[in-house]
Amino acid sequence: MPQRYDAIVIGGGHNGLVHAAYLARAGKRVLVLERRPRVGGAAVTEEIFPGFKFSVFSYVVSLLRPEIIRDLELPRHGLEILPLESTLTPLPNGDYLAMWSDHDQTRRELCRHSARDAEAYDEFGQLMHHMAMAVKPILGMVPPDPTSLSPGDLLGLARLAKHFRRLGERHFHALCKLMTMSSADFLDEWFEFDGLKATKAASGIIGTFLGPRSPGTAYVLLHHYMGEIDGAFRAWGFAKGGTGAISEAIAAAARARGTEIRTDAPVARVLVKGGRATGVALESGEEVAASVVVSGLDPRRTFLQLVEEPELPADFVGDIRRYKFRGSSGKVNLALAELPDFTCLPGVGPHLRGAISISPSLEYVERAYDDAKYGEFSRRPYLDIVIPSMIDPAMAPPGKHVMSIFVQYAPYYVNGGWDDAKREAFGDAVVDTVAQYAPNIRSAILGRQVLTPADIERILGLSEGNIFQGELSLHQLFFLRPAPAWAKYRTPVRGLYQCGAGTHPGGGIMGASGRLAALQVLKDWR
Amino acid sequence: MLKVTPFHPRTAPLAQGQAWRRWAGYVVASSYELLHDREYHAIRGAAALFDVSPLYKYVIGGRDAVRLLDRVVTRNVAKCRVGQVLYTPWCDADGKQIDDGTISRLTEGTFRMTAADPNLRWLHRNAAGLDVTIEDVSERTAALSLQGPNARTILQVAADFDLTGLKYFHLTSARIRSIPVTISRTGYTGDLGYEIWVDAAQAVPLWDALIAAGTPYGLTPAGMLALDVARIEAGLLLIEVDYISSHRAFIEAQKSSPFELGLGWTVALDKEQFNGKGALLGEQRRGTAWQFMGIEVDWDSLERLYAEVRLPPRLPTVAWRASVPIYADGGQVGYATSGGWSPLLKQYIALAHLESAFARPGTPVRMEITVEHRRKQAAARVAKTPFFNPERKRGGGGGGA
Repeated sequence: MPQRYDAIVIGGGHNGLVHAAYLARAGKRVLVLERRPRVGGAAVTEEIFPGFKFSVFSYVVSLLRPEIIRDLELPRHGLEILPLESTLTPLPNGDYLAMWSDHDQTRRELCRHSARDAEAYDEFGQLMHHMAMAVKPILGMVPPDPTSLSPGDLLGLARLAKHFRRLGERHFHALCKLMTMSSADFLDEWFEFDGLKATKAASGIIGTFLGPRSPGTAYVLLHHYMGEIDGAFRAWGFAKGGTGAISEAIAAAARARGTEIRTDAPVARVLVKGGRATGVALESGEEVAASVVVSGLDPRRTFLQLVEEPELPADFVGDIRRYKFRGSSGKVNLALAELPDFTCLPGVGPHLRGAISISPSLEYVERAYDDAKYGEFSRRPYLDIVIPSMIDPAMAPPGKHVMSIFVQYAPYYVNGGWDDAKREAFGDAVVDTVAQYAPNIRSAILGRQVLTPADIERILGLSEGNIFQGELSLHQLFFLRPAPAWAKYRTPVRGLYQCGAGTHPGGGIMGASGRLAALQVLKDWR
Repeated sequence: MLKVTPFHPRTAPLAQGQAWRRWAGYVVASSYELLHDREYHAIRGAAALFDVSPLYKYVIGGRDAVRLLDRVVTRNVAKCRVGQVLYTPWCDADGKQIDDGTISRLTEGTFRMTAADPNLRWLHRNAAGLDVTIEDVSERTAALSLQGPNARTILQVAADFDLTGLKYFHLTSARIRSIPVTISRTGYTGDLGYEIWVDAAQAVPLWDALIAAGTPYGLTPAGMLALDVARIEAGLLLIEVDYISSHRAFIEAQKSSPFELGLGWTVALDKEQFNGKGALLGEQRRGTAWQFMGIEVDWDSLERLYAEVRLPPRLPTVAWRASVPIYADGGQVGYATSGGWSPLLKQYIALAHLESAFARPGTPVRMEITVEHRRKQAAARVAKTPFFNPERKRGGGGGGA
């Protein structure tokens, strides 16, 4: 083992890269090992069809922490986040619901459907703003363990207690409701127009094997509200050049600080000696030594594949085995000869620059879940569609377009298992669903890529194809993510850390796990 | 009645919010869309099209054209080659800045000068005894500014001229869809960009040609609000905002020298004679009292000030133009004159006049912020400008996309 590093990061996903960049910033000699030929993990841009570039997996960004953008000087390394302006929900009766970036425009539009909802919308927005403010400090802290009496934990808990006391009664109660209710029930308390409720509720099911009527989904709704761009919550953006450009910018920032990044370098296992991680062995047989090993992979891959079981306490292994993934979503990427022409709002317009949500009613989304509950992909799925080439024309040849369709539900455990025929049938169901609202879509398709949870697992190594490295359900959050007592990025093996979305605060292109893990590693280093 | 520019027939129908701003007696769009975000991002992410026709433009010719210009401006015009453009300030006899603009050498003996203020009288006064012609072509010449990473690609689609060879701060004559134009690689955004100068009668067809060529590449008409954010990121100063023309200042303290405005690099003290040379030589010897620098407001400090009143930071997404005190140690050491939130850099930035002792990059200072009606001070740092300086601004060749 000739070369010695201070730290080896397993997995060049965006969290692994953020982690490496922060360690390198502190003067550490860091090596990142990525199995695939390119960095980024789920945040990659690939030219699937000649001239057409896709954010193949993860496709929008809202949660990338602004402090990371500043600390790592990502704009100087090419990062630019463009605003995603609107949400259009086509309705089965030929009408639509549009929510614009301009407040008055949205209000007028909501009034067409329900004057009451238009008023409630402002109040709801204000409440969600307070809720996001309430949980925001949690995103930026290493989770304190409530059962611990160590000074650090007690201090963290005291800070939280003080923070929540300041919330006031009304907001504290609302937060409790959000933590426990279903998104449908929560939204029922506010709105009457079904199309609005369904579109909002859809945020509560993304990446989760639950329906809008399942308790716990209100929290996922909130998780998507915490996205913050320029001080405004619930703002979504699109990275110029696709989500891969985010990874490339972070990688460039890490390299600028001396980090070495090796692609096509799959790790076989973590080397452990006397209860302490000493390095890694690559699949090629090569061994690399380091003082610290950090895994950006999900908890199952880290603890059940990379580490020999005898090195870990049995309880912990049990917890990790029970940690829930249950991938529930797929992705369809289309190369288009022309823009989709929506029957409800014909022609080219600003509505094509935002998100298009196929979520006409709560019942529609719940029924989509029903299919999945019994082991089938949704015949009429919930879709979140964006057309990145409308925002960044460089994603497609001039005049042509790319369409990214996030699809839910596509259960990992599908009846009969996923095979080529089932994948194509799934793709057909998605295109048929789009065609109901934009009939020209079929003839516009020049190329189609369909990704099932099985594909996501196979290509990216995300267990069961879960996009968040494990469900964002309450029993898997904060000091319980990924396992009780091991939520502080440390692991039962000394010198082995975790920095992926399987740790607090979880999924989305947020980078917070990578950054917080780096702060913890550096703290332990002293 | 304010005047409208030659592009008004095209720009007026685009103004969704009827948000217009006055510029040199004209109306131009503040933003075309209801919010200026997308127009801003077009500058940094694709390409933006600005109507910059209100600029004052003079064509200067005659045997002594170089002598006149070299007498007026601080840069060395004699060294300016045909096809080159100079950015330059000009000063009064006391070395205090009157205005700033560009000088383009169109032919061996003809120059075009652009200015923010009317300068015809000043040019004539300096032309006494010289063999020159000075023509005010402000109304006759319309101008568009095409800025952003895709600017070259778009212009290349429309123009008959190979733009890969056109260097930063150079110009060429060309045809765009058979319309004769002058294209200069200049702008006010600190990005890759071009300004296109055209006879006012051909303005509308030029607009249409550029929009047609640029739409597939994300070309977006943009207004002054978006431009203001970009020019602050680029550290470019604005007359009557960041400095007062010495011709308009009521008291000496309101005047600034080019050295005090960060334009020392434009002062060719080796030139034989020019307006203000003596005073500027003296200032160079004595040292400059003020510097014009960037300010980066510390996010954590800003967040804390707002958290005290339980608000998230309120960010100036529309750039402000006001005098904001800057403090260090015990007292005030300067004032910021422009500032705003950079959506690209995720940073609150400002341009400020600072006493030289506090102007070194990295110096910790504090900027006044009003939080819920109370004056607070946010921690900040002195920074070099430009805040954002992409390689493509000066870089050559290739596509832009």
